[in-house]
Amino acid sequence: MKTLREVDCGQTVKVKKLTGEGPVKRRIMDMGITKGVDVFVRKVAPLGDPVEVTVRGYELSLRKADAEMIEVE
Amino acid sequence: MSIKIALAGNPNSGKTTLFNALTGSNQFVGNWPGVTVEKKEGKLKGNKDVTITDLPGIYSLSPYTLEEVVARNYLISERPDAILNIVDGTNIERNLYLSTQLMELGIPVIMAVNMIDVLEKTGDKIHIDKLSKKLGCDVVEISALKGTGIQKAAEKAVALARKKEAGVPVHEFAAEVESAIRSVEDKLGMEVPEEQKRFFAIKLLEKDEKIQKQMKQAPDVAVEINDLEKEFDDDTESIITNERYVYISSIIDECCTKSRKEKLTTSDKIDRIVTNRWLALPIFAAVMFLVYYVSVTTVGTWATDWANEGLFGDSWSFFGTEVPGIPVLIESALNAIGCADWLQSLIIDGIVAGVGAVLGFVPQMLILFAFLAFLEACGYMARVAFIMDRIFRKFGLSGKSFIPMLIGSGCGVPGIMASRTIENDRDRKMTIMTTTFIPCSAKLPIIALISGALFGGAWWVAPSAYFVGIAAIVCSGIILKKTKMFAGDTAPFVMELPAYHMPTVGNILRSMWERGWSFIKKAGTIILLSTIVVWFLMRFGWADGSFGLLEAEQLDSSILASIGNVLAPLFTPLGWGNWKSAVAAVTGLIAKENVVGTFGILYGFTEVAEDGAEIWGSLAGSMTAIAAYSFLVFNLLCAPCVAAMGAIRREMNNAKWFWFAVGYQTILAYVVSLCVFQIGTLVTAGTFGAGTVIAFVLVLGFIYLLFRPYKESKTLHVNIKGIAGAK
Repeated sequence: MKTLREVDCGQTVKVKKLTGEGPVKRRIMDMGITKGVDVFVRKVAPLGDPVEVTVRGYELSLRKADAEMIEVE
Repeated sequence: MSIKIALAGNPNSGKTTLFNALTGSNQFVGNWPGVTVEKKEGKLKGNKDVTITDLPGIYSLSPYTLEEVVARNYLISERPDAILNIVDGTNIERNLYLSTQLMELGIPVIMAVNMIDVLEKTGDKIHIDKLSKKLGCDVVEISALKGTGIQKAAEKAVALARKKEAGVPVHEFAAEVESAIRSVEDKLGMEVPEEQKRFFAIKLLEKDEKIQKQMKQAPDVAVEINDLEKEFDDDTESIITNERYVYISSIIDECCTKSRKEKLTTSDKIDRIVTNRWLALPIFAAVMFLVYYVSVTTVGTWATDWANEGLFGDSWSFFGTEVPGIPVLIESALNAIGCADWLQSLIIDGIVAGVGAVLGFVPQMLILFAFLAFLEACGYMARVAFIMDRIFRKFGLSGKSFIPMLIGSGCGVPGIMASRTIENDRDRKMTIMTTTFIPCSAKLPIIALISGALFGGAWWVAPSAYFVGIAAIVCSGIILKKTKMFAGDTAPFVMELPAYHMPTVGNILRSMWERGWSFIKKAGTIILLSTIVVWFLMRFGWADGSFGLLEAEQLDSSILASIGNVLAPLFTPLGWGNWKSAVAAVTGLIAKENVVGTFGILYGFTEVAEDGAEIWGSLAGSMTAIAAYSFLVFNLLCAPCVAAMGAIRREMNNAKWFWFAVGYQTILAYVVSLCVFQIGTLVTAGTFGAGTVIAFVLVLGFIYLLFRPYKESKTLHVNIKGIAGAK
C-alpha cells in the first residue's frame, strides 16, 4: 500500500483512499484531496518537511506525517 | 430599512480588497466576542443602510477551526439578509466547495467571481450563465483589484437581500446520500425553519457535535449514519465532503474552459527560486535581514529615537531649527502659570512620559506593519511557514513564529504585535507568551551591567543570555503544549500556498494603520496607566517626617522602596534578597533599561552610563557572581515591560490569558533563577541547604513536564458560547 509520503517529487498520483479520522482528515478533504483526484508532488521544503503538492489547480502544503493518511495508486 | 450582508469566501480570494472597495473608510475593526479572530464591519459606500460584515476567510464550515466556527455561528444565529460569496476565479474548484455549503444555509447567496482580469490574461474562461444555472444563484464577474463589476455585485446583493428569498440549493449528491438527508430532514421538528433544514440535516449526518449541542432537541440519526457508512465504506463526514467535490467536478467541466497552454505562470517561476531546495534558506535570511534592518535597526530606530528623545525629549531639529520637545514646552507652560510641584511632576513624569512611551513605539511599529502587510499580501508569508515549519512545530509553534521572535530581539512590543500574522489560535497564543523571552535591545544594558560588574566583561555572558532566552522558548513550547490550556485546538498544517501577486499600496497602508491604531488604543491605555502608577510609587514617600513628593534622588524613601523591602525576602532564595535589587527589578517593568538607572540612583549617582560603569564596584560588593547571574536571568525572563504587557493584553484579547501569560513568565523566571543560584552556589562554594534540595526538586519537575507523554487532542475547545448570541 503506497501513501502520498512515499511519492517522489515530480510525480502525479491518483488518490485511492484516506485513512484516519478527525480534524486533520476533514481538513485534508476540505482542501480538495478526495478520492479519485490527481495530486502532483511538486517539491519538498528545504528542511525536508513539509511537502508541496498541486491539487485541483492550486498549491497546497502538508506535512509528511499527514501525507501518510493519503493512500495513492 | 437596514440590511445586513455577510461577505464570505476563502482566504486569499481577494475578500479584504473587495471589502475595502465596498466600504471605503466606513469601517469598524474589532474582535468577534471572546476570541482573537478579527471582526470587520462597514457601511456600503453610498448606501448607509447597508452593513457589510467581513467574515473570517475560511475554506469550509467544519467545526474544527475557530474561524469556521465563528463564521458559521454568525450565519446561523444572526442570519444576515444575504451572503456575498467571493470566489477566486483562478482557483474556482476549491472555492466552490465553500459555496456549496453556504447555499445550504437558507440565506440568499450571490456569487462574485473575482480575478476576472487575471483569467482573461491566461485565456481561461468561466461561463457565468451556465455556472449560475448549475449553482442556483446569481453570479457576477468582478475584479476587486481593478474595481470592475463591484458596483453591480453590491447592487445585486442589496436587491437580493430586499427580496428576502433564499434560492433552493440545486446541487444534488448521490441518491443514497440524498435519501438519507431527506430522512433526517423529516426528523427535524419545528425547531428548524424549512429553509435551514438541509444544513442541519447534513451537519447531523456529519456527526457535528457543535451543532448537536446548539439544538434544543437533536434527533437521533444513528440509523441513517449507519446505513450510509455501510453503503460507502467510509465515515459520513468524508462521504459528504466527497460528494461535494464530485458535484463540483461535474459542473466545472461544463462551465470552465481551460486554455490549452500548459506553461509555467509567473508565480510558478518565482516559487521555483524562492522555495528552491538550496536557495530558499539564503533568500529567507536575506528577506528577514532586510525587514529587521529597516524596521528595527535603521529607519525604525531613527524614528523611535526621534519620538523618544526629540519630540518627547529635550529638543529636536526641524530643518536646522531647534524645536523644544513636548515635555520642555509643557514644563515651561506649567512654570508660567505657577503650577504646584507635584502636579507638574505628575503631568511631566507621569502622563507625558506615559504618552511618550506609547507613541515612541508607533513609528517603528508602523514600518514593521507595512512590511508584514506586504509579505502577507504578496504571498511570501505562507512560504515562511512552509520553510520554517519543520523547526518550530516541534515546540508547539508555527513556522510564522519566526518573525515575532526575530523582531522581538529588537523590541518585544512590535514582536508581539507581529504575531497577528499567525492564523492558528493556539500557535499565536504560544508565540505571544514566549516572544519576550528573547533579550530585546532594552535588556542589553542589564546584560552589560552584570557582565561588566561581576564577570569582568567576560565574552560569554551576552551569548548565554540569548541562549537562556531561546532555551526558555523551546522548553516553554514543549511544556505548554502539553498543558490543559493548550490541549485542544488542533492545528493541522494543511496550508494553501497562494499564488504570488503584487499587493496594492492602499491595502498595505490600510492594514498598517489598522494594526497601529489598535495598538495605540488598546495597549496605550494600559501603558499610560501603569506609567502613572509607577511614577506615583517612585516619587511619593515619607521624607523629613512628612509624606509628599520626593526629589528624584530620594528614591530610597519612596513607597516603591518600602515595597522593595517587603518583596526582598522573596528574592533571598534567588541570591539577591536586598531591597535595592528588588526595586530595580520593579522599575524594570516600566522599561528594562531602567534597571541600570535605578541602581545608579540607589548607589548615589544622579546619572550613570548606559552600562552603569560607575556602579560596577558597589554592585560587585553587594552580591556574588552567581547571584548577579540569577538576577540577570530573572530580569530576562520575568514579565516584560508594561509596553510589552500592554501588547500582550491587546493580542490575547482576554484577561485570563493575559494573566496566564504574565504569571507563567514570572514563575518560570523565578524557578530558573532559583535553580541557577542554588545549584550554582553548590558547585562554586559547596553550600548545601534546603534551597538546594528545592532546586533539585524543581529541576526534576521541569524535566518531567518536558518529557511526560502526551497525545494531541482532536477537538476545538475554545468556548464559543459567546459568539452565538453576540451582536
